[in-house]
Amino acid sequence: MSQNPKDLRYTNDHEWARKEGDLLRVGITLHAVAQLGDITLVDLAAAGTRLAAHARFGDIESVKAVSELFAPVAGEIVERNAALESAPETVNADAYGAGWMVLIRPADPAAYDALLDADAYDALLGSL
Amino acid sequence: MNDSLRRTALHDAHVSLGARIVPFAGWEMPVQYAGVVAEHKAVREAAGLFDVCHMGELELRGEHAVAVVDYLVTNDFKSLAVGRALYTVCCNAEGTILDDLILYKRGLEDVLVVCNASNRAKIAAHFAKAAEHHCEFRDVSDETGLIALQGPRAVDVMRAAGASEATLALPSFAFARDTVGGVAVTAARTGYTGEDGFEIFVHDADAAALWSALMAAGRPFGLAPAGLGARDTLRLEARLSLYGNDIDETTTPLEAGLAWVVKLDKGDFVGRDALVRAKETGLSRKLVGFEMTGRGIARHGYPLVASGADAGSAPIGLVTSGSPGPTVGKNIGLGYVPAALAAIGSAFAVEIRGQAVPAVVVKTPFYKRPR
Repeated sequence: MSQNPKDLRYTNDHEWARKEGDLLRVGITLHAVAQLGDITLVDLAAAGTRLAAHARFGDIESVKAVSELFAPVAGEIVERNAALESAPETVNADAYGAGWMVLIRPADPAAYDALLDADAYDALLGSL
Repeated sequence: MNDSLRRTALHDAHVSLGARIVPFAGWEMPVQYAGVVAEHKAVREAAGLFDVCHMGELELRGEHAVAVVDYLVTNDFKSLAVGRALYTVCCNAEGTILDDLILYKRGLEDVLVVCNASNRAKIAAHFAKAAEHHCEFRDVSDETGLIALQGPRAVDVMRAAGASEATLALPSFAFARDTVGGVAVTAARTGYTGEDGFEIFVHDADAAALWSALMAAGRPFGLAPAGLGARDTLRLEARLSLYGNDIDETTTPLEAGLAWVVKLDKGDFVGRDALVRAKETGLSRKLVGFEMTGRGIARHGYPLVASGADAGSAPIGLVTSGSPGPTVGKNIGLGYVPAALAAIGSAFAVEIRGQAVPAVVVKTPFYKRPR
């Protein structure tokens, strides 16, 4: 049974995107959270930052390691989750909810449809 | 997983406990089970059980065994009583560190040396060569298992597993033979976490039985299996050196803050002349403990820059260890800085992904257990 919500899209980098009107809310998947372990610091690019697809928009640190965050689609950050600055453990507690990272205005609204759906992402995890 | 990696006798136990296994010093080792922070807290508040079977064990026996070992290390092993263990470093002729060791004086002619897994081949060759024509030498690593039980409830766990009162009463850095969990062991009151506890030597064939017995005995006391991740955060808070990070063949024990294990007046030993000269010349750099005052986590290898300098400025030093300290609640680290910046309260910055993040030298250990 998959833990990955059906109404989200996913990337090979283990990020999720949720369509909210013209915007995409982006976070990391439960698989990524499990790999990272206890998350201790989240560093996100500021609102207004323009990103190419797969460009780094921040870093996430666990006790032991640093990982980069990559934009699922090209676009502009319209908001970052400032609450993660003081409470990075929110990502462990609620990866698909309060642990979101950034809200992006996609350069191309159709880019979302090209991301993996939950079945394709489950298949990717199954092949790891 | 790479086929050439070795597995300890406890591998199956780790897998059944859901451990994440990583390559470490040529071994497949558990890095975490439930999570680094949970394991760290279990060790500080209750007890944790660590597989350290990968460590190297060397045996030297004979009339001159103690003298041979004493000549290879900086601390005074000759004067140590039988039944006691000693932390030391082992230097080359240049006075830099080949490894840090715990030496066990099992008898007047019977020595056990425990070295880091990553240095086993180097240290075994070094000790074997020194032993030639003087005493017997055996690398007993493959037949020796080692399990560390650490934390304030370690004594309770040992008692529940059948340890004798004599073992439970061992002072720090003493050791004795006993039967624990139905298995013959040598229990030492030593560790690498800053907590009370035991490191328990066992024949490799009995290691899995001992692990199971301790896990079962420890359940009522909150004993948790703990991996390399927690081992690292625990030892960092206690400011215990990690070979390959904080100390190596480019660092002397004097600059690493390990002068307390260098006994220049004990008689000659390998590296003594170089260390005497280094002490006379004065140290140009020192390993210090720091905490981040800005937002960021220092990591091994990050450059240190002067306070107020921009990222990309000429480095003044290097981070050797860094991570969040789960018990101290701060992001902490160790690094080499110029001696002039080593005083407590000195400020500098850690370069983290192009940003100079402020840090300040603090007193170490970062964590000291309540007694």
